[in-house]
Amino acid sequence: MTTRTIAVVSAGLSQPSSTRMLADKLADATVSKLAAQDVEAIVETFELRDVATDITNHLLTGFPSPRLEAVIDAVTGADGLIAVSPIFTTSYSGLFKSFFDVVGSDTLVDLPVVIGATAGTPRHSLALDYALRPMFTYLHAVVAPTGVFAATGDWGDSADSVKTLPNRIDRAARELAALVAASDRSSTVRDPFALERPFGHLIGGLAGE
Amino acid sequence: MQFGIFTVSDITQDPTTGRTPTENERIKATLAIAKHAEEVGLDVFALGEHHNPPFWSSSPTTTLAYIAAQTSTLQLSTATTLITTNDPVKIAEDFAMLQHVADGRVDLMLGRGNTGPVYPWFGKDIRQGINLALENYGLLHRLWREDFVDWEGQFRTPLQGFQSTPRPLDDVPPFVWHGSIRSPEIAEQAAYYGDGFFANHIFWPASHTQRMIALYRQRFEHYEHGTAEQAIVGLGGQVFMRRNSQDAVREFRPYFDNAPVYGHGPSLEEFTSQTPLTVGSPQEVIDKTLGFRDYVGDYQRQLFLMDHAGLPLKTVLEQLDLLGEEVVPVLRREFAKDRPATVPDAPTHASLVARRASDQQSARRASDQQSARRASDQQSAARNAAASVAAAAPKGAAFGAAAVKGA
Repeated sequence: MTTRTIAVVSAGLSQPSSTRMLADKLADATVSKLAAQDVEAIVETFELRDVATDITNHLLTGFPSPRLEAVIDAVTGADGLIAVSPIFTTSYSGLFKSFFDVVGSDTLVDLPVVIGATAGTPRHSLALDYALRPMFTYLHAVVAPTGVFAATGDWGDSADSVKTLPNRIDRAARELAALVAASDRSSTVRDPFALERPFGHLIGGLAGE
Repeated sequence: MQFGIFTVSDITQDPTTGRTPTENERIKATLAIAKHAEEVGLDVFALGEHHNPPFWSSSPTTTLAYIAAQTSTLQLSTATTLITTNDPVKIAEDFAMLQHVADGRVDLMLGRGNTGPVYPWFGKDIRQGINLALENYGLLHRLWREDFVDWEGQFRTPLQGFQSTPRPLDDVPPFVWHGSIRSPEIAEQAAYYGDGFFANHIFWPASHTQRMIALYRQRFEHYEHGTAEQAIVGLGGQVFMRRNSQDAVREFRPYFDNAPVYGHGPSLEEFTSQTPLTVGSPQEVIDKTLGFRDYVGDYQRQLFLMDHAGLPLKTVLEQLDLLGEEVVPVLRREFAKDRPATVPDAPTHASLVARRASDQQSARRASDQQSARRASDQQSAARNAAASVAAAAPKGAAFGAAAVKGA
């Protein structure tokens, strides 16, 4: 049985939060899909609220606290990412964006991602595709075609009864599981101290040799 | 081991009085600080370079030349000189000039600079930062070592038969440190040339500095400049002291909380636990500084940032008194303990002049030996020619190769 790691990032602020609920459901569904393909998934879930001050401090000082560094290492070294934000003022929350601002612009390359969002009404659902998706595309992550949006009503009787929330979660989880099963990302070593090109080549190239 | 101070030349409001010094006050204060550094027995004063307010130090060699005239033993350095946006020709000229007026009490630390607009202001592209640092230093290195330089590169106009003047004092270029916080290419560059590497780890956790220094040491050995433990390492540090630890914390906290670089972020307590910043008694500073050796090995230069964030001149001079009288003498003694004899001191002009003389002597000796061997090989080859021509030739070739390598 092969093993893959899935990082879950939830930017929900309240306790309990519907953002975290959606993130957990996406994670559970992805684990099931992977198990069906004989892949064991190890899930690590992070609430950005727990490192909110550390994120701000990183923005100001340029380096992470040990606690935030552990979260960043887990997210950037995973085989797959489930990223869920509440929609505030027509976009992802500032905390969600600030976290990905300090993660580093080249650390999520090729990372399979499924995006999710929550809000009070379904009228914000496009924020997934005009805010979250372009951000991960910019970071060269591989974003699954299906994003899952859960309005408050989706948790009760005013839910979409044709394409239900469980249906949407199932579809997104299937897409993520396929990407994660094929990914060997966590086994490739990314050493921040490694040179991209041999130094002699760097100098030689510049000297026109 | 050398101990000293470095300044970034910030003009910052004193948060306890609300008063911001004028440029002239701050410049004169820095000159007083540099002179006092020598008076209290420190070895090095290093000055930053910036091209935008609230910093004043745009012309470090002018400032350092004045300080040179006012001091007699202080080693003058920079922290850092911008190798990316300055013309390497002008760096070669300015620092050779400074060497002459300062009688050799000069080295410099090269850095890329992290103020985005400085690059376009000087016609450069920040995305080429590493490449600029590599190409510009390659030229600077030659300008100080070759009388006439033909050169062509990507970033500056070509040179044909160019001679940079004045020539370095005694034909020995100033020692160069390469400073970087997070770029392995710069550690590699320092190792490649056998230059020093300075990790300003004041805003960066020890674990990161440890890996950068380890990389530099390993590559220094790889390029055959000596063993890893002989690589030339410098570290930054940042301290605020009072005899009583609580007094230091109380007095420094408003400066920390409002400092331009880390103010309004982590608490003083978080920052001191995560970085080399020490706020406390001289003994606490001694203990923390001695701990640096545990993760970088025996090193050559320790510089402290003492005069930033709006601290008034009087306070800074008192800090230097504590540093010079109570901290550095103990650090000198303790760092000397268990230090292998093979670990060199930081290079100075005198040591570089001596090394050049000994290199020239051993080159002469090697070349004499080579000629002698050639002569002896020829004799023995002639003697043995009849018996075994094949036996003499490989022997001669092997000696020849060894002599060339030794040179």
